[in-house]
Amino acid sequence: MLEFFQQAVNGLSLGAIYALIALGYTMVYGIILLINFAHGDIMMVGAYVGFFSISLLGSNILVAMIFAMVTCAVLGVLIEKIAYKPLRNSTRIAALITAIGVSLFLEYITIFLLGATQRVFPASAFPAKYYNLMGIVISNKDIFIIVSAVLLMIVLHYIIKRTRTGKAMRAVSLDREAAVLMGISVDRTISVTFAIGSSLAAAAGVLVGVYYNTINPLMGIIPGLKAFVAAVLGGIGIIPGAMVGGFVMGILETMVSGYGSSLYRDAAAFGILILILLVKPTGLFGKNNGEKV
Amino acid sequence: MLELAALTAFFMLVQYMITVGILNQYYQINLTSMCINIILAVSLNLINGFTGQLSLGHAGFMAVGAYSSVVMTQMLGQPFIIGILAACLSAALAGFVIGVPTLRLRGDYLAIATLGFGEIIRVVLQNIDYIGGPAGIVGISKLTTWTWLFAGTVVSTLVIVNLINSSYGRAIISIREDEIASEVMGINTTRYKVLAFVVGALFAGFAGALYAHYFYIIKPETFSFLKSFDVLVMVVLGGLGSTTGAVIAAVFITVLTAALQTFPAVRMILYALILIIVMIYRPQGLMGNREFSLKIFG
Repeated sequence: MLEFFQQAVNGLSLGAIYALIALGYTMVYGIILLINFAHGDIMMVGAYVGFFSISLLGSNILVAMIFAMVTCAVLGVLIEKIAYKPLRNSTRIAALITAIGVSLFLEYITIFLLGATQRVFPASAFPAKYYNLMGIVISNKDIFIIVSAVLLMIVLHYIIKRTRTGKAMRAVSLDREAAVLMGISVDRTISVTFAIGSSLAAAAGVLVGVYYNTINPLMGIIPGLKAFVAAVLGGIGIIPGAMVGGFVMGILETMVSGYGSSLYRDAAAFGILILILLVKPTGLFGKNNGEKV
Repeated sequence: MLELAALTAFFMLVQYMITVGILNQYYQINLTSMCINIILAVSLNLINGFTGQLSLGHAGFMAVGAYSSVVMTQMLGQPFIIGILAACLSAALAGFVIGVPTLRLRGDYLAIATLGFGEIIRVVLQNIDYIGGPAGIVGISKLTTWTWLFAGTVVSTLVIVNLINSSYGRAIISIREDEIASEVMGINTTRYKVLAFVVGALFAGFAGALYAHYFYIIKPETFSFLKSFDVLVMVVLGGLGSTTGAVIAAVFITVLTAALQTFPAVRMILYALILIIVMIYRPQGLMGNREFSLKIFG
């Protein structure tokens, strides 16, 4: 039983990271029905910005995180303006292929500029401490990851539910044409969505650096895909769904590694995806909308 | 008749150049990649271009084909032809098993589900010790000859072209144009989608068998989704729904890959830009759904 709780605690911090990435996926999908394949790679860029601001500028972890978030917010808006905006009225397949292109571009431009080698996330930024809670070991990293993720989610929730921008985002995702008629600037709202989603991914990137201690240019692929699975699991486009989905994915993954074989943990994630898509494609929190001709 | 003569002449010319030694090892390797890429691109084009179902798991089927052919020829000591048959059948079976449940999904969901299945195949291969696990199988005897490559490329292309030009093909294309409308017209869309998927997977498995018996080594890592993206780039560049476009793009991408051998990052950046720019400025691909034929000159 003790081991079970230990795995659950480990899973929580991983899940918090997935949830943060999944939020960006789900927000973008909710507003322009695009699976932003490059989202995991924006996370990677965030991790690199965090890495350099710690190792070169000597900033502390919080400053590094803010730095990464601002950079990636700008990056996300740029990507949307350059690559996705011209395709807003074309097929979803075309947009998805473009997103794959953007993803490959971010990965390999990073390899080209910074090299493919793995970099060790500076441990000095976050000296590890371990606490023993009735036999369950919790590190300060876990606490930091969970607390910062939850804080960001609260901020996000506030923005979406209580501000005018958030109201505009909800309106555009509900019915874009009606939102335009109500005088909402759709372009601006989509940009804000990309900015918020990307900055959450950047925060997740820095947290991944803290969690795994290493970063590399292809680090965004697998967490990105898993976060996507999390978003689908919770019901894509639904923000609380992404949070729940992220935590479920994180805990499941550590359970599979802990009790089964860690080699199968990636397969387990995709297995869940396929299962969800077959049984309830709208996700746990989704409502079924019939198809209209 | 003229085409047949031209093909035979081309085959004999290359065969002669290989025997005499004009085409050295380097050119032969690229020629092999070219043929394999053509088979992959043409078969993926059947799924992505003609049926309109975006699949990102082509490398998975290639892996199934590569591994089952190698198990046949290397571990069970069967002749190459049995290996190839095993590759085609097992990949087609994998295509069927994966296609039946996932083809109920539409568009981007299907893309992610096939990507997931491709990765599951890779992870499963990594965990089977009999076939070497993550290290893969080394020392595969080189059975893929120019004759096999040429015949394989021609047969795959012909089968797919004829399939598309048949009544099956018209049903398949109608699904791409409008799935709901074709369903209303009485087409069993699931059946045709699965058919296209299985045929596409079969030829991907075939390409995998040819690949495995030329390049000496196979490992699960080779067949990651980046390989699927490679093929996707060819299909997108050539034109979703143009077989000749896929062939031309496969040849072009192979040459590009060979030219940028020493700069792999640059190659991938170019791929990325190809995907983005083609989608923004020419979403139907270079050839659109037109076919290239010598008739346009005459």
